[in-house]
Amino acid sequence: MSDAPLLEVKNLSKIFDLTEAAWLAALTGRSRLLLPAVDGVSFSIPKGKTFGLVGESGSGKSTVARMTVGLMQPSNGSITFDGKPVSAPGGGRGIGRGRLQMIFQDPFASLNPRWRVVDIIGEALLRKGMRDSLARAKRAGELLDQVGLVAVDGEKFPHEFSGGQRQRISIARALASEPEFLVCDEPTSALDVSVQAQILNLMKDLQDELGLTYLFISHNLAVIAHVSDVVGVMYLGRLVEVAEKKQLFKAPQHPYTRMLLDAIPRLDMTTRERSHVVGEVANPMSRPPGCHYHPRCPFANKRCKSEDPKLKGAANFAAACHGVEEGRLPAWAAAAE
Amino acid sequence: MTDQQAHIPHQSLGSRMVDGIRRFAGSDLLYSFVRQPVVVVAFLITVIFILAAIFAPLVAPHDPFNPASLSLMDSFFPPSWVEGGDARFLLGTDNQGRDIFSTIIYGARISLMVGFAAVVFSIALGVLVGLISGFVGGWFDALLMRFADIQLTIPGLLIALLVDGIARTALPSDMREEIAIYVVIFAIGISNWPQYARVARSGAMSEKVKDYVASARIIGTPSWVILLRHVLPNILGPVLVLGTIGLALAITSEATLSFLGVGVPPTTPSLGTLIRIGNDFLFSGEWWITLFPSGALVVLVLAVNLLGDWLRDALNPKLR
Repeated sequence: MSDAPLLEVKNLSKIFDLTEAAWLAALTGRSRLLLPAVDGVSFSIPKGKTFGLVGESGSGKSTVARMTVGLMQPSNGSITFDGKPVSAPGGGRGIGRGRLQMIFQDPFASLNPRWRVVDIIGEALLRKGMRDSLARAKRAGELLDQVGLVAVDGEKFPHEFSGGQRQRISIARALASEPEFLVCDEPTSALDVSVQAQILNLMKDLQDELGLTYLFISHNLAVIAHVSDVVGVMYLGRLVEVAEKKQLFKAPQHPYTRMLLDAIPRLDMTTRERSHVVGEVANPMSRPPGCHYHPRCPFANKRCKSEDPKLKGAANFAAACHGVEEGRLPAWAAAAE
Repeated sequence: MTDQQAHIPHQSLGSRMVDGIRRFAGSDLLYSFVRQPVVVVAFLITVIFILAAIFAPLVAPHDPFNPASLSLMDSFFPPSWVEGGDARFLLGTDNQGRDIFSTIIYGARISLMVGFAAVVFSIALGVLVGLISGFVGGWFDALLMRFADIQLTIPGLLIALLVDGIARTALPSDMREEIAIYVVIFAIGISNWPQYARVARSGAMSEKVKDYVASARIIGTPSWVILLRHVLPNILGPVLVLGTIGLALAITSEATLSFLGVGVPPTTPSLGTLIRIGNDFLFSGEWWITLFPSGALVVLVLAVNLLGDWLRDALNPKLR
């Protein structure tokens, strides 16, 4: 493993302009309606590793995913892949076509309902330069085989498959471009629990086999714990904690991470009074000043309400919290492993 | 699945077609069709009209537009079952001795052709505008759609009359007869495109945000390929339903224009032209000259309309 990360995200921000009739607002001088979905996020992923991004709905995870593959342009900050900036969907000039691929959350929307599976996968092969349709069909069959389906499935339409099978087709399509990096945006959250495990294991196997690097997004801590090497926790568009997986689950630093972990029901501790998730995610349109988490944080003080905390610590062990920095948080009462 | 098939993952075109037919035979669409006798009758009538129109020279007992075969001696025969009727002319003859039954068949040919061409023209223009408008969005979309809105405020017939009027003054008089039919097609087509544009636009807007479009982008598919191969097939259903209903509308529009005397010329009369010609003889007692073409028009439009309505309901998942 080389030192230079395969993917580096620096100070990434995305502000959505929700102003209706923007030209009218510009003309009348009415203030614009801006939604900062992602706010100064930085992380890097070394080759062959999985970076897990976890957070509640609306925390900006999917926006990060879409910017990473080039589907959205960042408002600020940079994304570099293999030392070159990502400029277009799938990579763009300089990086090479299709080296970054994405697997989507909803397997029912990510496959064109009017196309046969062989054509869906074949399109990626065509864009990769495979002109011969028979060669494409043959390769599509191999890819289907690789993801645990059979070659004849290629003749079917997406609606003839279950959710888990469709997600396998999505994976086969992504693999058709021979990517090095896969962005997985909640690839299992639309699936049954039993199928989730199958898909996750398939993805881990493919990672070992092909040396893939993953940015894995989920709201499910158990899924994140299963696949990630390093975990980033997002809250209202900011990364509040980044840590190696073991570190994060054993000794979470940020109060938000602690609350999330504390809220997981455990079979071995059914009698313990669990601490509930308190409060709700603030409206992203009117985010609290200072640390965005302070209205829900039991340890918040004056400084938390006014000053933005920065992500501090080692690269794989950092938290954005004044309390952690000042050492005034109580030690984490580690739940029995 | 047999082992042999497993080694040939790519089926031939022929077997795909067979597959498609089998799919259709088991579809909800066919089921809903067979269960509604009115729709079956409407379908049969439409097919009979279309076949009769295509094979008019074979089907029609006389060639009403060949002056050599016409005889003024044959003029004003009433229908054959009425007293004074002639067995050669089932529905009677007009002032020039033309067989009404034959003129209806030839008239339906012109009416259907103009209707089809006008609808195809409307769909092509409307879908192109709507697709690009919805896909591109922003001020471009706003501009095109406001333009469509403005056109929607003006009655279609008025636009058709306007186009016709302009064409008449702009074109040299000797070209008028030849080109009149194309002017009518253009006039009817141009007055109906905003509907198709709106349907195509709303479809494009809802499809373009779907993940399969995003994934095509990541793969590296060019935008125009995404538009034509991914988005277009997914929005075509409602457009074609609208087109079927639009066909009835276009036929009526053409008949109206022809009745008003600005449509197709009397040398190649459509149903509308026939109705207008016959109208002159209504008060002098030769009722069959206008009544039968009118009846044919009503039956044709009704059948196409019923078919369109059924198709709309059958393809609407909310009504299933």
